[in-house]
Amino acid sequence: MQMNTQALGRTQSLEINKVLRNTFILLSMTLLFSAVTAFFGVVLGISPMVGLVVDLIALGMLWFVLPRTANSAAGIPVIFGITGLLGFGLGPVVAYYLAMNPTVVLTALGGTGAIFLGLSGYAMTTRKDFSFMGGFLMVGLMVVLGASLLNIFLGIPALSLAISAGVILVMSGLILFEVSRIIHGGETNYIMATASLYLSILNIFQALLQILGAFSGDD
Amino acid sequence: MDWMKILSAIGIIAMMIIIWPSVKHATQNSPKGSTADWMAFIKPILLVVGFIILLIMLVR
Repeated sequence: MQMNTQALGRTQSLEINKVLRNTFILLSMTLLFSAVTAFFGVVLGISPMVGLVVDLIALGMLWFVLPRTANSAAGIPVIFGITGLLGFGLGPVVAYYLAMNPTVVLTALGGTGAIFLGLSGYAMTTRKDFSFMGGFLMVGLMVVLGASLLNIFLGIPALSLAISAGVILVMSGLILFEVSRIIHGGETNYIMATASLYLSILNIFQALLQILGAFSGDD
Repeated sequence: MDWMKILSAIGIIAMMIIIWPSVKHATQNSPKGSTADWMAFIKPILLVVGFIILLIMLVR
């Protein structure tokens, strides 16, 4: 009986390690791919309007196509399509900050990488279960979205910075939550896990760009 | 009102509508965290805040 329990535990552990490894491999590949498409977005000089439309198409795929394909091989090209489009849509934002101050882009890039590696490393080494944060993070996400919606019409720069700070905090929490979910077997689909972590990284990068751009004195 | 603002607003409203069931489910079904659990969450988040302040000082 004890032998069976041990064997079951080992199988579960191997399965979790496999999900974690596949998630991180797919995440690095999609990040690399979206960096390439973002480069094309910058070089081609796409307008912010085109960037927004591309982002909305990517979000549509994320909501309606990915959940239907994530359990099959078709999920791989779909996730590359989504991340490629989101990277391409980032072109105008990156081009704006590159023209303003290239150091801001490099610092935001390095900062995002450090935050992600630090938080995922923390979740993996402590093996803490962060599932209790689910409700808190979802409410935080709704608050950030509501404030963003309001600020589209109000256009208050200070509120915009506060929203960016809020986005970084919520997305940091979501990284802890998602990595912990994988470690504890709550997420078994590496394509969905990749999509969730990718979105957190992308949002942190964009928010960091805005904060650093504002404080660099050139925005 | 330009089209960028209208499209952005539509995108955010759609996002809020789509994630609403997940929000409802998460708020109703998430386990309660102890003080130690919350401390384990707050510590890395405070480190992130400190790191961002450091980055701001670097680019100023």
